[in-house]
Amino acid sequence: MELVTPGFGLVFWTTISFLSVLFLLGKFAWGPILRSIKERELTISDALDSAAKAKEEMRKLKESNDELLREAREERDAMLREAKGTKDQLISEAKTQAKVEADKIIASAKDEIRGEKAKAIGELKDKVAEISFDIAEKVLAEKLSDSEKQTASVTKALNEISFN
Amino acid sequence: MGRLERTKSQLQASILSLVTILFLSLSVSASEAVDTSSTEGKFNAGELIIHHVLDAHEIHIVDGLSIPLPMILFTENGMDVFNYSVFLNEDHEPTQHYTSNATGNVYAYHHGHPMIIGDDGEELAHVGWGINEHSFLDMSITKNVVGLLLSLGLMLWMFLSVAKAYKSNNNGAPRGFQSFVEPLILFVRDEIAKPSIGNNHNRYMPFLLTVFFFIWIGNLLGLVPFLGGLNVTGNIAVTAVLAVFTFLITSVIANKGYWKHMVAPPGVPVWLLPIIVPIEIFGMFNKPIVLCLRLFANITAGHIIILSFTCLIFIFNDLSGPGTAYGVSVGTVLFSIFMTCLELLVAFLQAYVFTLLSALYFGQAIEDHH
Repeated sequence: MELVTPGFGLVFWTTISFLSVLFLLGKFAWGPILRSIKERELTISDALDSAAKAKEEMRKLKESNDELLREAREERDAMLREAKGTKDQLISEAKTQAKVEADKIIASAKDEIRGEKAKAIGELKDKVAEISFDIAEKVLAEKLSDSEKQTASVTKALNEISFN
Repeated sequence: MGRLERTKSQLQASILSLVTILFLSLSVSASEAVDTSSTEGKFNAGELIIHHVLDAHEIHIVDGLSIPLPMILFTENGMDVFNYSVFLNEDHEPTQHYTSNATGNVYAYHHGHPMIIGDDGEELAHVGWGINEHSFLDMSITKNVVGLLLSLGLMLWMFLSVAKAYKSNNNGAPRGFQSFVEPLILFVRDEIAKPSIGNNHNRYMPFLLTVFFFIWIGNLLGLVPFLGGLNVTGNIAVTAVLAVFTFLITSVIANKGYWKHMVAPPGVPVWLLPIIVPIEIFGMFNKPIVLCLRLFANITAGHIIILSFTCLIFIFNDLSGPGTAYGVSVGTVLFSIFMTCLELLVAFLQAYVFTLLSALYFGQAIEDHH
């Protein structure tokens, strides 16, 4: 029976000593210990967070680098393409211009030729008329002589004519 | 891996030595009992075991070496302070009477307690819970008070130094003793307080941690040999005080919902209330009582079982002579080793259970009832 009968003395000493230890430990041990543990946990999770953030930033940086590189490459390609286009355009433009110019020259040459030709023909006509007059004059002058002489004079006259 | 194995083997070695020492001390205590009982003729195992489990006014280290403790008594005539040794005769038996100069009381020592006797040796007053002509208070520094102060002092020393280490360590990785204590503190916080109480657990951590370590260290001290068989947590006074603390805290922090559930549980038909409400109120007091008895009974039972195995040797010695006793001792030593290992587990388990249930009661008391 004594085993299950709490004695006053032990109850008293347990209460007093437990309460004082609870107070002392609560104030000077558990508080600081739990705070330190909490702080450390926060520090660790912060460090992990920032590590993850840094990793993410690295990834982003790399991504933007790749993006830049890609853009630069694209730009270069575009520039090359553009240059090529410009060159082709220039060449074709030059070609057409040259053609136009050539056509113009040819046309004007043809015009000139035509003019010269007309002029020459006119001059030729005049000359022919003149010569015809001369021949006719000579024929008329030698009309009185015989016919052989006429023929000879015509031939002579014809030979005299130079078609220059 | 090598380090782990080394630690493991060290642990095994220390457990083995602990068990051996424990067995030696137990057998010493038991042999002393044989000596004393030889005068009466027969070995009384029950008396020996109960005597070892109960509180005492001396610390019995080994046979012939015990430390008498101071006695503090509050009687009707005033306070008396003297040492238990005044009762001891040449054979270290408490048969002497002691007359106090301060109060004039004459004390005798009988069945583990002091009492005040009259001129003819008749009992005038005995140890009780009040101060009157038939009763006086025994506030002595008994074996268990020493054990209590020892375990609490150990806790103070351990955790104040650990707290200092935390301060000087400045959030670094735990070092030395810190590394041993921190997992236990985290265990109490993350496995006991957080799941049971929830977000508000920080307020109750000091109590839970103190209770946990007090019970655990107290249980372990009870297993340490040559300390006189300290049985702090196996004493119902100690466990009752702890349970009362849990009960008081639960009642003080309890919110309206807790009390409402007790006196007018919602959703219960009116005709059931006369049955439910007394059960609820009984349950409220039942919790700390069970808390107190569970710890007390587990630790006391452990002590009794280990002592019983040792006593078996001497029972067989009485029954069929020393030869049989030596034979039986092989088996009982093995059983004692097994039980001691089991008690090491129980020491932790009971500390865990008490703390967990306290935390659960706190959690129930502050739970949000909708």
